[in-house]
Amino acid sequence: MSENILFISESSEEAASGSQLTLGLDDLILTKGMATSAGSKMLAGFKSLFDARVYERLHEAGCAVAGKVNIGEFGIDLLGETSHFGPVLTAEGQLTTAASQLLANGSVDAVVGLDVNGAQARAAALAGQVYLKPTYGCVSRFGTVAVACSGETVDVSACSTEVVQQVLDTLAGHDDADGTSLPESECARLKSANSEAAPITQVKVARGLLATADEATQQLIEAAIATLEAEGIAVSDTAPETDKLLSVANLAWNILMCAELCNNVNRFEGMKYGYHAEKCQSIDELYTKSRTEAFGSLLKTAILYGSEVLATNNYDRCYDKALRIRRLVLEALTEECAGGTALLLPACAKRAYSLAEVEANPNLAFEENRFTAPAAITGLPALVAGGVQLLGNAFSETALLRLGAVLSSANLAGKEA
Amino acid sequence: MTAYETVIGLEVHIELATNSKIFCSCTNGSDADPNTHVCPACCGMPGMLPVANREVINLGMTAGMMLNCDINRTTTFDKKSYYYPDLPASYQTTQWFAPVAVNGHVTIETPEGPKDIRIKQIHMEEDAGKLVHDNLTFTTLVDFNRTSVPLIEIVSQPDLRNADEVEAYLERLRTLLRFAKVSGARMEKGTMRADVNLSVRPAGSQELGVRTEMKNMASIAAIRRAIEFETARHIDAIENGTEELVQETRGWNDDAGTSFSMRTKETAGDYRYFPDPNIMPIVIDDEWFDRIKASLPQLPEEKLEHYMAEIGLSEYDASALTQSRAFCDCFEGAMAAGAAAKDAANWIITNCAGILNKRGMTSDELPVPGSALGQLIALVDGGKLSSANGKRLLETLFDVAERGEAIPEDIAAFAETEGLLNSSDTGELEAVVAAVIAADPETAQAYRDGREKALNPLFGACMQQLKGKCDTQVLRELLIAELNKG
Ligand SMILES: [Zn+2]
Repeated sequence: MSENILFISESSEEAASGSQLTLGLDDLILTKGMATSAGSKMLAGFKSLFDARVYERLHEAGCAVAGKVNIGEFGIDLLGETSHFGPVLTAEGQLTTAASQLLANGSVDAVVGLDVNGAQARAAALAGQVYLKPTYGCVSRFGTVAVACSGETVDVSACSTEVVQQVLDTLAGHDDADGTSLPESECARLKSANSEAAPITQVKVARGLLATADEATQQLIEAAIATLEAEGIAVSDTAPETDKLLSVANLAWNILMCAELCNNVNRFEGMKYGYHAEKCQSIDELYTKSRTEAFGSLLKTAILYGSEVLATNNYDRCYDKALRIRRLVLEALTEECAGGTALLLPACAKRAYSLAEVEANPNLAFEENRFTAPAAITGLPALVAGGVQLLGNAFSETALLRLGAVLSSANLAGKEA
Repeated sequence: MTAYETVIGLEVHIELATNSKIFCSCTNGSDADPNTHVCPACCGMPGMLPVANREVINLGMTAGMMLNCDINRTTTFDKKSYYYPDLPASYQTTQWFAPVAVNGHVTIETPEGPKDIRIKQIHMEEDAGKLVHDNLTFTTLVDFNRTSVPLIEIVSQPDLRNADEVEAYLERLRTLLRFAKVSGARMEKGTMRADVNLSVRPAGSQELGVRTEMKNMASIAAIRRAIEFETARHIDAIENGTEELVQETRGWNDDAGTSFSMRTKETAGDYRYFPDPNIMPIVIDDEWFDRIKASLPQLPEEKLEHYMAEIGLSEYDASALTQSRAFCDCFEGAMAAGAAAKDAANWIITNCAGILNKRGMTSDELPVPGSALGQLIALVDGGKLSSANGKRLLETLFDVAERGEAIPEDIAAFAETEGLLNSSDTGELEAVVAAVIAADPETAQAYRDGREKALNPLFGACMQQLKGKCDTQVLRELLIAELNKG
């Protein structure tokens, strides 16, 4: 078994003395100094001409960035297994991500990444770490490698809710260079200084999705319910119509994600930068060979799928329908989460995944993402803590994190046994 | 023998006269040295996000209103995917689902009277880069200066029937868009290009024939030749079965005078349009709509009418001025600064136009604002500046603009520093007059003897010594008085 590669490039700069935090940046976040590869052979060693906004903000806040963290190719896989630099395994031989491994071994205090398809949410749930995907538009995506722009957000992983909040305080804010960035007044609602945030007093369990998870995961959710009830939180179930919409959210997300990905990675054709196939006789051959040789098979599957759903003959029944489902899911979840309510659901269907299992079903990421797609497709914030996921209304981050602190300290995994 | 009718629709691409590109802050200037107006965004590097330039949307709305279109109050940008070396991101951002303007019309003059050509839509999009082929080394270089330069595409309905109508339509578009300062719309500069969609059918038939599209036509003369050739080719195919017509995109080789197949419908790519999630839908509220509406210029024919009926210009002067928005602006500005209409018109039509012509500039490039011309005319009328030096001053103002400097606000002060103002010192004039008479007593005597024409050489000699810097009226009076004394 080969060695885990956690950083694909490391910072040459010394951490400033008295640094606030030491961080890792995932491999979709561009930096001038360190190579950014998007986990792909296509971009291996690529150096950006500019820094991502989140890197600038962290730098200004006195954080030290230790290096670029290994991820799966363009961030769309299950747990980083498609990385050009190889998968990352725990001591027990289970799949995890480089970010979770770095947090677990204490190399970094937090990892800031770009969430595309839930890989880090799953990894954080498996490792019992804290993970936050903030409200869409509250953290600038300027300088992140575009994959599925309509749903991807900058995310934060750490070992405690306090550190996640501290990083979020630095990252949240308006940016003119990102046309989807929300006004400063709305971004500011994510910060710890926002004391007016209504606490979460009620939790609804997404029973439909929960039923598709394994026994251990269901028990974990039951343990979370018990802990929340003990805290005086009212627990009920989501409406059946909501369950129905949640059950198709990932089908719609797969369509949107693959379509946008297909379009966004078109620019990587082997000509201007990145991997360049040798001995080609024509430009068409260069494009084809470069992409054939540099892209992995899961990415190729996504590209073909995305290309198909955008074809003129399929647009209405695939892409356009997915946009309609997105709107319906958003409406349903906004209503469910009104008045200080959060949805409780797993982040993945099992408590561990082996490499062999993923190799046997390479498309697992497009099935397992049924638990993370609701947040991706709606842009609503999602928190993973204590191995379970809470999804809230826009700008409910501080309230989610307060509840997350309770779940984190409750040792749910211990209670479930 | 069957009579045939040619059915033509045009897609006209027009480069917008904005300062910066459509989705990044690079300068909009494709004439510069290759790859000098580029950034990671317009070079298709990862990580950059598009930020829509508001000025582009203003100009798109302006064009829509000038062409009598409905403005979509929510307009969106969409992505169009295809691979080509001049398209760095491998997609073009354009408008597919909700273009800025729809359902308009343009009226042209035809021998049968005025005719409305319907406009299907106007959409905004980014231009691609430029490929430079070197046939000696078999290499191709790419210039990304033009990448992301804003364009509008004006799509007409198939309402045109012959080359004359096409020419009239293009001329009318050009005039309207230049008047509204949307674009210079110059085919010879590549800021206006047309795709010609053409089919042929028996006269009187309601069905359309097989349509071919000729891409990127860059001159009206070439369009005329291409329409003639394609029409003949279609009729020949229909009548004699020389070939089977297929719906296809064709190129036009103007040197050879023939069209050639580029791609047929079967081999045409699927562009996989979808809304760009990075550009939020643009909502045009009443305030914005009204502001653009209020900024629309008078149409050239309205100005012509106004200049003749209310200002009293001759038809010749009025129509010369209304060829150009810059001429009209300068004329109206000069009048606002106090110049008489006839004087202002003369200075523009004769002197300004002469300098523009000499420098190879178009009338739209007139760099002198009306306020400056008005002041200049006042100086000449007030005897402070000779007419010849007035022309010199005008040339100097062109030079100032050419150096990229601002035209001075105070023209009198500028003329003073340039040393062009008339000498206000009558002592100097008297001395010159005395010296000239003393140097040529014979001519002076001839004048005194009644030969009035003898005044001219003496006057010329004075002007030469004064380098033209004097009020000619005052000089003439002084000279006559001095001669009559002796
Ligand atoms: Zn640029």
